[in-house]
Amino acid sequence: MEAFTVHTGRAVPLRRSNVDTDQIIPAVWLKQVSRTGFEKGLFSAWREDPDFVLNDPAHQGASILLAGPDFGTGSSREHAVWALQQYGFRVVIAPRFGDIFRNNSTKMGLLPVVLPASVVEDLQSAVETDPALEITVDLRERRVSWAGRSAGFEIDDYTRWRLTEGLDDIGLTLRNADDIGAYENGRQPWLPTTV
Amino acid sequence: MGRTLAEKVWERHVVRRAEGEPDLLYIDLHLIHEVTSPQAFDGLRMAERPVRRPELTIATEDHNVPTVRGPIEDPVSRTQVETLRKNCAEFGIRLHPMGDAGQGVVHIIGPQFGLTQPGMTIVCGDSHTSTHGAFGGIAFGIGTSEVEHVLATQTLPAYRPRTMAVEVAGELPAGVTAKDLILAIIAKIGTGGGQGHIIEYRGEAIRGLSMEGRMTVCNMSIEAGARAGMIAPDETTFAYLKGRPHAPRGEMWDAAVEYWRSLATDEDAVFDTVVEVDASALTPFVTWGTNPGQGAPLGSSVPDPDDTGDPAAARRALEYMGLTAGTPLREVEVDTVFVGSCTNGRLEDLRAAADVLRGRRVVTRTLIVPGSMLVKLQAEQEGLHEVFRAAGAEWREAGCSMCLGMNPDTLAPGERSASTSNRNFEGRQGKGGRTHLVSPQVAAATAVTGKLTAPADLV
Repeated sequence: MEAFTVHTGRAVPLRRSNVDTDQIIPAVWLKQVSRTGFEKGLFSAWREDPDFVLNDPAHQGASILLAGPDFGTGSSREHAVWALQQYGFRVVIAPRFGDIFRNNSTKMGLLPVVLPASVVEDLQSAVETDPALEITVDLRERRVSWAGRSAGFEIDDYTRWRLTEGLDDIGLTLRNADDIGAYENGRQPWLPTTV
Repeated sequence: MGRTLAEKVWERHVVRRAEGEPDLLYIDLHLIHEVTSPQAFDGLRMAERPVRRPELTIATEDHNVPTVRGPIEDPVSRTQVETLRKNCAEFGIRLHPMGDAGQGVVHIIGPQFGLTQPGMTIVCGDSHTSTHGAFGGIAFGIGTSEVEHVLATQTLPAYRPRTMAVEVAGELPAGVTAKDLILAIIAKIGTGGGQGHIIEYRGEAIRGLSMEGRMTVCNMSIEAGARAGMIAPDETTFAYLKGRPHAPRGEMWDAAVEYWRSLATDEDAVFDTVVEVDASALTPFVTWGTNPGQGAPLGSSVPDPDDTGDPAAARRALEYMGLTAGTPLREVEVDTVFVGSCTNGRLEDLRAAADVLRGRRVVTRTLIVPGSMLVKLQAEQEGLHEVFRAAGAEWREAGCSMCLGMNPDTLAPGERSASTSNRNFEGRQGKGGRTHLVSPQVAAATAVTGKLTAPADLV
């Protein structure tokens, strides 16, 4: 996983609530067995509309998505995170995220930032007024800054440490393999196996 | 202070707890399918890691499979299924492939085999894993990175969610089902209302549900934003489990039941959030919009967006659905009816649909899709397939079918369905497709009239 410390970039405002992961990447794109090429599927149904905000030339190259409440609800497909990253997004800012999407994001190094709805709307308005506006997201300081303003956000220390170091979760867990073995020795005898 | 069901099950599975870190949680059962696992197996191979506990893992083919007999025509779908077969063979994981008597939708087969038991932790790369919480365990959907993590370590690092009680008082009136209840709950708390929580469904109406009904309720917890939903195990749970292939036997059964009884939430336990619902006031419930929270009683009308909590979203939804505010929901005309999915693809659901269709004819394209090959066999032993065929409905093979557009069962642009599945998202059943979520009973009655209809409306 690529480490995330500070990122500065331009943003796209997506003024819609309840953007579920079926919208982020429709199911037909999920048939691939590789981990690459999902950027073509990102919002693929909505991108057919020339007026869709991602098609606006003013927002080309943006790396921060300013989303509405309940972004990433629904299906657990991590492909939604891969599609956003492979399209070029490093950060999604929203008032609230679907739990599984948010979790998947932190496993992959896509930073989900929760800010109050009023602040996200201010950011969206600022970017609509000036698409070239640069926004800085500092994970170490847990702060988003733009045009002389800034807002703090919360993220737990452990996830922040893992993201800023770019650490592999499985490697971290396997450091505790002895604990797992000890736990397994105490499992209840009636628990089923699939064999 | 007492503990909740969720807290008891969670605490029993903590492998490691350290200040400032998420708990490391042991996973008792890992269900996998072809869509969310290939990249996880690739990750294992790249890091040269084995599957830690293949015997706590089970695989099935469900999302891509066609529900008419024959091979998978789409080469991309076929490759995905073949990749699962190769991975399971390489890593020693039990697989139920297409055509196998044990094959079916991943959330139907776990309970059917007795692999889903009270007090367990169960995960799957699928958000409807919440289904298994109906037995009193903690079951939740995960992404592919976490699938790889569980394959490699049989654990997951996780923070314990907050607890939410959904207290359902009173009895469900005749003709009102578990599906109507969960749709009404989601409409009440919203698609994000359960975010960060495990929901425990409680109260008289929940106790009165069959295991099938409880699975329908827990299945859609994710549609209320909660990763997991659960129901305390009781005599209904034990009766369902006893004698199933992987359920404990003899003295082990007695020991297990004694433990399972101890899991119920203590009387003095405190939930972080409490929501109250009066079951006796409910009527058949359907969705009108493009998320499962946009629902209303069948007897009402398409709402005015300005009367909803999110007018912009409601306006967008009505435009997509091709509906006008004020239209009675009973006048909405439907082209296709789908009975099936991990929400309503069990034997009890098929019986309910057959009871409505017996001696009647459908006027819509009507797909009846059993959730597993065993459900199919049992339904045929009862003659339900004859009822469906006599009514003009299509009797299919087991699979996810028209719940999501990964197999040939899809909607055409503008086509409208009444569906017993769980998501009415834009385009989920095919680009431009329009879906109303309903119970099996309402689905069957709708197939008879061609408009959203409850069985009680039929002459």
